[in-house]
Amino acid sequence: MLGKLNWAALPLDEPIPLVASAMVICVIIGVLVLAVMKGWVPYLWREWITSVDHKRIGVMYCVLALVMLLRGFTDALMMRSQQVLAFHAAGYLPPSHYDQIFSAHGTIMIFFVAMPFVIGLMNFVIPLQLGVRDVAFPTLNSVSFWLTAVGALLTNISLFVGEFAKTGWLPYPPLSELTYSPGVGVDYWLWSLQISGIGTLLSGVNLVVTILKMRAPGMSYLRMPMFCWTALASNLLVVAAFPILTATSAMLILDRYLGFHFFTNEAGGNAVMFMNLIWAWGHPEVYILILPAFGVFSEVISTFSGKPLFGYRSMVMATMAICVLAFMVWLHHFFTMGAGGDVNAFFGIMTMVIAVPTGVKVYNWLFTLFGGRIRYTSPVLWSIGFMVTFVIGGMTGVLMAVPPADFVLHNSLFLIAHFHNVIIGGVLFGVFAGYTYWFPKAFGFRLDERWGKAAFWLWLIGFYVAFMPLYVLGFLGMTRRMQHYDVAAWRPWLLVAAAGALLILAGIGCQIAQLAVSIKNRHKLQDLTGDPWDGRSLEWATASPPPAFNFAIMPDVRGEEPYWTMKQTAIARHQLREEAHYEAIEAPRNTSTGIIAAFFATLIGFAMIWHIWWMVALGLAGAFATFVAFAWREQSEITIPAAEVAAIDRANRAARSMALSQMTRSPQ
Amino acid sequence: MPPLAGDRSGRFLRRTALGAWLTLATLLEGCRSELMNPQGPVGSDEKTILLNALGVMLVIVVPTILATLLFAWWFRASNKRARYRPTFAYSGRIELVTWSIPILVVLFLGGLTWVSSHTLDPAQPLSGKTPAVNVQVVSLDWKWLFIYPDQGVASVNALVVPAGAPIHLALTSSGVMNTFFVPQLGGMVYTMNGMAEDLYLQADHPGVFAGRSAHFSGDGFSDMHFDVRAVTAAAFAAWAEQTRRAGPVLDAASYATLAKQTRNVTPFTYRDVGPDLFEQIVERRLAPGPGPGPDRAGQAQPGLGS
Repeated sequence: MLGKLNWAALPLDEPIPLVASAMVICVIIGVLVLAVMKGWVPYLWREWITSVDHKRIGVMYCVLALVMLLRGFTDALMMRSQQVLAFHAAGYLPPSHYDQIFSAHGTIMIFFVAMPFVIGLMNFVIPLQLGVRDVAFPTLNSVSFWLTAVGALLTNISLFVGEFAKTGWLPYPPLSELTYSPGVGVDYWLWSLQISGIGTLLSGVNLVVTILKMRAPGMSYLRMPMFCWTALASNLLVVAAFPILTATSAMLILDRYLGFHFFTNEAGGNAVMFMNLIWAWGHPEVYILILPAFGVFSEVISTFSGKPLFGYRSMVMATMAICVLAFMVWLHHFFTMGAGGDVNAFFGIMTMVIAVPTGVKVYNWLFTLFGGRIRYTSPVLWSIGFMVTFVIGGMTGVLMAVPPADFVLHNSLFLIAHFHNVIIGGVLFGVFAGYTYWFPKAFGFRLDERWGKAAFWLWLIGFYVAFMPLYVLGFLGMTRRMQHYDVAAWRPWLLVAAAGALLILAGIGCQIAQLAVSIKNRHKLQDLTGDPWDGRSLEWATASPPPAFNFAIMPDVRGEEPYWTMKQTAIARHQLREEAHYEAIEAPRNTSTGIIAAFFATLIGFAMIWHIWWMVALGLAGAFATFVAFAWREQSEITIPAAEVAAIDRANRAARSMALSQMTRSPQ
Repeated sequence: MPPLAGDRSGRFLRRTALGAWLTLATLLEGCRSELMNPQGPVGSDEKTILLNALGVMLVIVVPTILATLLFAWWFRASNKRARYRPTFAYSGRIELVTWSIPILVVLFLGGLTWVSSHTLDPAQPLSGKTPAVNVQVVSLDWKWLFIYPDQGVASVNALVVPAGAPIHLALTSSGVMNTFFVPQLGGMVYTMNGMAEDLYLQADHPGVFAGRSAHFSGDGFSDMHFDVRAVTAAAFAAWAEQTRRAGPVLDAASYATLAKQTRNVTPFTYRDVGPDLFEQIVERRLAPGPGPGPDRAGQAQPGLGS
C-alpha cells in the first residue's frame, strides 16, 4: 500500500534528526495555528498564495530563499562543528548522517537559496524596470514558484521521512546508482530537482519572453537598465541549461527505477557522461546565479554614486560574452580525469577567457565610483565588499583553471574556499544588496541601516575568518567532505573556520533583527514618494509598494535612465508632469492553479520516492485535471476601473509633489 | 568603511594589526604546507606553475583592490575635496585599458596553460636514470590496493616505492570513483571502474608522505588514506622479497572478499598476486564492488523487506 514507506523511515533511533524534525514541525504548526487564530488565512490565500502578481511572487521567492538559508546554514554549522570535534575522534555525526548534511547543504544553498533569491529579485524588478505591468505569463509564473517550493519541501521532508542523498550535492554515479546507494536519499535529490527544475525552466522562459517582447514604448534594448541585461543573459542560460539537468536526472532516474544503464558500471554504462552532462548544466548555473548579482551591483553602485553606469555598452558586451562562454568551460570541473593535454589546455584557456569580461565589469564599477558622490548605505557596503572579495575569488578560480595547478588543488578545501568566495562574496552579497535596495520598493519602508551595516560587517569579516583558513587547508592537502581526520596541522585552521561560521551566524542574527526592527519602526522608515534612494530607473517612477498594475500610465522612454531624465525635468520645471488621462486597466485574475499544481506535484514526487504507485497515478491525474480546469476557465482577467487607478496614482503624485517642492525650496 | 577619526582610531588600528598578523600567519602556514614542500619533480613543477600564475595575477589583483578601496573612500559624499562628475560615464581610453589589461594577462596565462598542460600531463612518462617502477592502483570501498606486477606482490593502504626512480601508476576503481592524491608528490587522477588511467610520479628522497582520496566515495571515505613510503632501491627490493614470504594470496576469490565494504583497514600485504588481476578488474572480468549489499541495506533503506 505504501511502497517502501514504513515506520523505519522515521529517525526514531537517531536523536539529532528526531529533535530537529520535531522542532521544524512545531514551528510549522505554530505558524499555521497563529495564521488561523489571527484570521490571516483568507488574506494570505487571496493576496499571496493565489496571487499572479509578479511582485508578490518575487517576494515569495525571496522569503523561500531566506527561510532555506537558515536550513542550509544550520547544515554548515553542523559540518564546521563536526570537523572541530572529529580530530582523532568520531565527532557527534556518524558518516551516514554527516554525508547527508553536506549533500543537503550544497543542494539547498544552490537550488533553494541562491536560485530563488535571484529569481525572486528578477521577478520583482524586471517588469518594473522595463516599465510594464506584469511578466509575459502571470499564471505560469505562479506555477513556477510553487514548483520550486515543492522541491524545497521534498528536500526538507527527507529530514524526517527517510534520508537525503549521501553522495555530495551532485550525485555522481556509480556512487548514486542503486548498487551503491540503495536508499531513498538519491531519489529525494532527483525528484526535488526534477520538480523544482521544471519550475526554474518555466520561470526562465517567462522572463526571457518578458524582456524580449514586453518593454515599455521606446525602451529599446540599449536603453534597458543593466539589471535587465544581466537578467536576460541569466535567463537565456536557464532556458539552455536547465533542460540538460532535467535530462540528466531523468537518465539517472531510469537507471535507478527501470534498470537502465546510462551511468552504471555494467552493460556499457558510462559514468563520465554524467559528469560531462551535469557540468554542462552546472557551469552555466554558476553564471545564472552571478549575472543577476552583477546587475544588482551595477544598479546600486550607479544609484548611490549619483552617476550613470560607466561603460554601459561595454557592460552589455561583457554580459553577453559571459553568457556565451559559460557553455564552453564545463570540463574544468574534472581536469584530473586524464583527458590529456590538448583537452585540458583548451578548457583551461576558455575558463581564463571568461575572466576578461568579468575583469572589465570590475573596472567599469570602479570607474562608476570614480567621480561619484557615494552615499554609504548598506547596499553600497555590500557592493564594495563584493568588489574586493570577488576579485580574490576570481583569482583563485583562474588559478585552478591552470590544469597543473588544479592537479594539486582539485577537490581540496582550496576548491571549497574558492567557490564559497565567489558565491558568498558574489551571489549572496549581491542578493543582500538587492534585498536592501528594493525592500522599500516592495513594502514602502526602508530597512534599518544600523542593523544592516552590522550584518554586513559580521558577514564580511565572518566570511574571511571562515574561508581563508580553507585556502590554507587546501595547501595543507586537506580534501573535502572529511567526516573525521587525524592530521594535527589541520585542526587550528578548522577551529578558526568554525569561529568564522559563528561570526556569520551573528550576521544572520543581525539580519533577522533588522527585519524585526524595521517592521516595528515602519512608520519612521516609511517612504511615500516611491523613490527613497534618488534612483535612476523606472521602478522608482511608481509608488512603493507599486499598485497591482505597476504604472497608471505606461512610461514613454526617450533615452537611457528614463526616470532620471523625468525627475530632472520635474526639478527644473518645479512641478511634476501634467496628470494624464486615466483609463481602466486589465489585470490577470488570481488563480489557485499554482498551489494546486504544486500539491499534486508533491504527491507525485513523494510517491515516486517511496514507490507508492497508486499515489503517483493520483498525482498525475490531479495535475492533469488542474491543467484542464485552468485551460477551460472563462474569465482570466479583471478590470481595475479608471477611478481606482486615478485615486492610487494621485496619492503618489501628491507625495512626490510635496517632496519636489521641499527639494526645490531648499536645494542641496 | 570604519571611521578613521576620533576615539575609534585606536580600536581600528588594533583591528588592523590583528588582521595583518592573521594574514601573515596564514601566509607563513601556507609556506610550510604540503603543497609548498613538494618531494618530487612533478610536485615541484606544479608548485612553480601555481606560484607563477598566482604572482602574475596578484600584479593586477592587488592594485585593483587598492583602487577600489581608494576610489570608494575618496569619492564618499562627505568629502568636499572630491570632484563630482555626475555625467562621467564613458571614456574610450579607459575602456581600451580595461579591456587590454585582462586580455594581456589571459594571453600570458593562456600560454603558460597550454605549455604546462602538455608537459605536466599526468600520463606523460618521466625521464629517469632508472626504468619506471610499475604499480597498479585499485580504489575499493574503502581502501587502496597497490599491486606490484613486476614483483608479484600487493599491499593494501600502504604504498612502498623506491626513491629517485619514476613510478608508473596505472589506476582503476573496483566500483565508485575516487581520486588518487599524494599532495607532496603532485598530480591527482580519478580512479574509475572499467578504465585505467596513467600517472607518473617520483619521490626524490626517502621519506613518508601522506596519500588520500580526494573524491568522496561513501561512508568510509574519511579513512581512505595511506602512507607512501619512499625507500632506497635496496630497501625496496628487500621489502618486495620479504613481502613474498608471508601473507595471503590475492586471486579472484580473495579479491571478491576485499571488494566488500570495509572501513579503516589496517595496512597488510599479499605475498602473491594472480596474473593479470588488474587487467581483469579493468576489463570488468571481475565483478565490480558489491556496495552495501542486501544485508546492510536494511538501516538506510527502510521497508524494502529484503
